[in-house]
Amino acid sequence: MTTYMGSPDASGRFGEFGGRFVPEALIPACLELEAAFKDAWADPSFHAEYEHTLKEFGGRPTPVTFCPRLSQALGVQVYLKREDLAHTGSHKLNNVVGQALLTKRMGKPRMIAETGAGQHGVASATAAARLGLECTVYMGEIDTQRQSLNVFRMELLGAKVVPVTSGSKTLKDAVNEAMREWVTCVEDTHYCLGSVMGPHPFPWMVREFQSILGIEAAAQFQELQIGEPDYVVACVGGGSNAAGMFAGFANSTSQLVGVEAAGGSAVGFGTPGVLHGMRSLLIQNEVGQIEEAHSISAGLDYPGIGPEHAHLASSGRAKYYSANDEEVLDALQMLSRLEGIIPALETAHALAWVIREAGALIPRGSKVLLNLSGRGDKDVAQVRDILRGAQ
Amino acid sequence: MTTLDVRLSALRDGGRKAMVPYFVGGLDDEWLDCVKAAAFAGADAIEIGVPFSDPIMDGKVIQEASLKALGRGTTLSSVLEGLHTLDIDVPLIVMTYFNIFHHHGLERSAAELHAAGVLGTIVPDLSLEEIGPWRAVSNEHDVASILMTALSTPPERAVQLAAETQGFAYAAARMAVTGVASDEGRGDLVVEKLRQASTVPIYVGIGIATPAQAASACTFADGAIVGSALVQRLLDGEGPKGVEQFLGEMRSAINAVGQ
Repeated sequence: MTTYMGSPDASGRFGEFGGRFVPEALIPACLELEAAFKDAWADPSFHAEYEHTLKEFGGRPTPVTFCPRLSQALGVQVYLKREDLAHTGSHKLNNVVGQALLTKRMGKPRMIAETGAGQHGVASATAAARLGLECTVYMGEIDTQRQSLNVFRMELLGAKVVPVTSGSKTLKDAVNEAMREWVTCVEDTHYCLGSVMGPHPFPWMVREFQSILGIEAAAQFQELQIGEPDYVVACVGGGSNAAGMFAGFANSTSQLVGVEAAGGSAVGFGTPGVLHGMRSLLIQNEVGQIEEAHSISAGLDYPGIGPEHAHLASSGRAKYYSANDEEVLDALQMLSRLEGIIPALETAHALAWVIREAGALIPRGSKVLLNLSGRGDKDVAQVRDILRGAQ
Repeated sequence: MTTLDVRLSALRDGGRKAMVPYFVGGLDDEWLDCVKAAAFAGADAIEIGVPFSDPIMDGKVIQEASLKALGRGTTLSSVLEGLHTLDIDVPLIVMTYFNIFHHHGLERSAAELHAAGVLGTIVPDLSLEEIGPWRAVSNEHDVASILMTALSTPPERAVQLAAETQGFAYAAARMAVTGVASDEGRGDLVVEKLRQASTVPIYVGIGIATPAQAASACTFADGAIVGSALVQRLLDGEGPKGVEQFLGEMRSAINAVGQ
């Protein structure tokens, strides 16, 4: 039997995707990081500190919540893995605590990070504050406007936020700028990448740090004594929350489903290409220029997808669909009203797919486990403006 | 051994320090005239950038120039068509990011580069570990693969890079992306790491902005690469005349080294 979501090969590949496509100046840092991560991840004391920090500081484990009213409305049994209840309001802390501990272990006093919606930036600033690291966050100028409160949060936490004015001024260019900056300061600075993307070992390392949520969810679901979930669903931008969730179910019988933004669907519309250090599926034009992704949620505005997702898609182990902005707004309101949980716009994509496909692709009565990757507080002002504008 | 190895090694063996300017292909209507002006001003090899939407190894000047070129509809094919019309006897080297060749097809890219008279490529996001497939097809078409070495490169890895690079070894003088720098950088340290193992000439680039900096680099290296400082002049509208003047001064400063 094929096993899924193990280690990548020596070149950092999952099937034909992944690798390490970065300037020579960054190769030594990638090699150092790979060695440091392998060493740390094999060290029980590192695991203990990582798990202790996420428990005592981060609020783990997060619960699995059954949704009685939504389930009744849809005719499928919906369970939520509540990453919105983790400290900073999303799954992002799992990854940054791991990377911040690793930064200290490598003897580096400083981290840089990119952010789209601001969730990863806030989480990075939080972990940096907790562990006494300096932190600079690169954020597309447009996103600093869309998510100005998150900019202020990062600054409150002691981080420096640098608006990125190049290119599309969103997540893709924040990654470019963070990589350029990393070249200049690689000796004393770790690049705390926010998703399962980038050069090896990032896609693998970030998935490993996020797998805590999927492994937890699998154990919690087992305690319910209702068998395995039929569907495990998560939203996908770069794909870190989905990778963490899928890691808990990769070798189960559950159908894995990733839901992309319709305007940033790298599996749906992408072709193989090389960007940000990895070979993966990318949205690009007919001559290989990367296109800008468009979505209501800044966190899914990424024209690519993590290489392991590209592999899971091409091998058929996971299926990828998309949801459009309108469906996402409806889904956000439906969960808010029926269950008293306001999801992040990113998360609402996964929910929108479940709502759309309940009774269609998803047979009635199915057990659906959805990763509620983040809370929607950060999006409330934007949603209000859109909904009022629509009236 | 590629034609580029032969030509650039012959220059070095003849005692000539190389001046290697960089242009962004398709920047404006005059870009080919600027390349000719560089040849006239005594360039020994010329790098032509094919613009990419996400140039992670480039600073603000080349980012801006790349966006401008892309806005004019510049593609790999349009740049190569332009180069094909050039009638200059200076080796041409294309610099771009891997996705451009990956998307165009490796074999097709290499064949078209050769047909346009291009003798080598610099692909900054193709590391030693990833360059194999590209190098194999480009060598079939006599297109050399030039590798960069950084200040952060450990000595034993620099030896590997020196052995694997073709045409010349690119020594990055600072831990930075392309751009204008006021200090000299430490290209000397990179050259030192490469020298023992290198059979091809070693050129220094990244941050070289003035004739004096280029001349200084040529005291320990076999040549100097100038990019952003030149491209900035073109963004400022100086055109072929500005190229000729700036590179003329740089040529004189380089020629004065060792005299």
